[in-house]
Amino acid sequence: MEAGVSQGLAGIGAGIAAIGAGIGVGRIGGSALEGMARQPEASGDLRSNMIVAAALVEGVALFAVIICLLVAIG
Amino acid sequence: MNLKRLNILTILFLFSLIGFGQNSHESTPQSVASEAPVTQHSAEHKEEGFKIGDMIMHHISDAHQIHFGGSLYMPLPVIIWHEGHLDIFSSSHFYSVNEHGELDYHDYKGYRNHHEMIEFVGENAGHDAHGHKVLDFSITKSVFGMLLILSLMVFIFKSVASKYLKNPKTAPSGLQNMLEPFILFIRDDIAVPSLGQKKAERYLPFLLTVFFFIWMCNLLGLVPFLGGFNITGTLSITVVLGVLVFLITSVSGNKHYWGHIFWPPGVPAFVKVILVPIEIMSVFIKPAVLMIRLTANITAGHILILAFVGLALLFGQKSELAGYGVGAGSVLFMVFMYCLELLVAFLQAYVFTLLTALYFGDATQEHHHEEHGHSDVGHAH
Repeated sequence: MEAGVSQGLAGIGAGIAAIGAGIGVGRIGGSALEGMARQPEASGDLRSNMIVAAALVEGVALFAVIICLLVAIG
Repeated sequence: MNLKRLNILTILFLFSLIGFGQNSHESTPQSVASEAPVTQHSAEHKEEGFKIGDMIMHHISDAHQIHFGGSLYMPLPVIIWHEGHLDIFSSSHFYSVNEHGELDYHDYKGYRNHHEMIEFVGENAGHDAHGHKVLDFSITKSVFGMLLILSLMVFIFKSVASKYLKNPKTAPSGLQNMLEPFILFIRDDIAVPSLGQKKAERYLPFLLTVFFFIWMCNLLGLVPFLGGFNITGTLSITVVLGVLVFLITSVSGNKHYWGHIFWPPGVPAFVKVILVPIEIMSVFIKPAVLMIRLTANITAGHILILAFVGLALLFGQKSELAGYGVGAGSVLFMVFMYCLELLVAFLQAYVFTLLTALYFGDATQEHHHEEHGHSDVGHAH
């Protein structure tokens, strides 16, 4: 597909959204692992809460991805 | 047994909608003239080769026919309300399958199928004629998939419920056994912690329906050769789910809920000025974010899987060896993405249901003590 300026900027926007998702989910995973290392018997609880928080953070990042997709397509 | 037969008949009836497609193509000779500009467009498209963007958009968008692969298309009924009259016909009138397995679109009865959106252009309209809006109630691919899932759900849950009613004291077996952990999981880990034991019963039917509907629709979208359903990835379907959550939250909101929105307790007046508009906006934004989260996650997963497949095809155009090499790696990544998408299918259903239960719990909250002067803590966003 021909890439105009708006499509290129949409691509950059999607990349920035990926950075946001990476930082957010990385922090969640990091603190969850740290908690599991301190207290292995809580790892089941920590795992489910980590997954819920990761889904919520990814929701926000994917919101940005949708906006970039809309800019790139239409 | 009669109910089971009724459900089987429902499913068979849905498949008999294929019969709509077997209308005669007597209208195609007249439309050949208007077909010429459109086919020219698609002819030059074929010479340019494989366009990965178009393939991805074709697979994640809704369509008026189901493309099973190659030249196999299943047309779906088109139902249009335009200027006071109802038109029902098969969508096969809009296209003809050419030798490459692609569709050549042409107009029918004044309607034009422009990128799978139907508009009214009048008879013998040119290629760039301005299209007028029509009310489109067609059974499109997503609607067909949704009806399929709904009839499947009715069939499964009716049979499980009748089994529970018939022998309540025996151990569960079969389908009942498979579904019981999930139903108990939603009741005990989602509904009761947010809503409390008494009120959970009122909202449990909606929560269970929403959970299984979203999960099964997500899974249907992952089945490979079935024509690429993307039901929960269509904004029009998730917006209905969001609107339902908004309606139920607002209708079941008691005076504590609305009181906390318009008059947050325990905050000084100047903070109230900022907080109240935000709280009012959040009444609308929370269901909207539910909708976007679900659509975006599912669509993004589909796009990734299709992108890996398309990558192999893209390289295969340059040289066959490159195609095979990239194909081997891309198949591995695609299988990994598929496993991730299976997890995401369940996870998005779980998160939607969990947040909905939290919002319901918020709306039906009891009066709690305000000795700390805190604002509401239940704003999981």
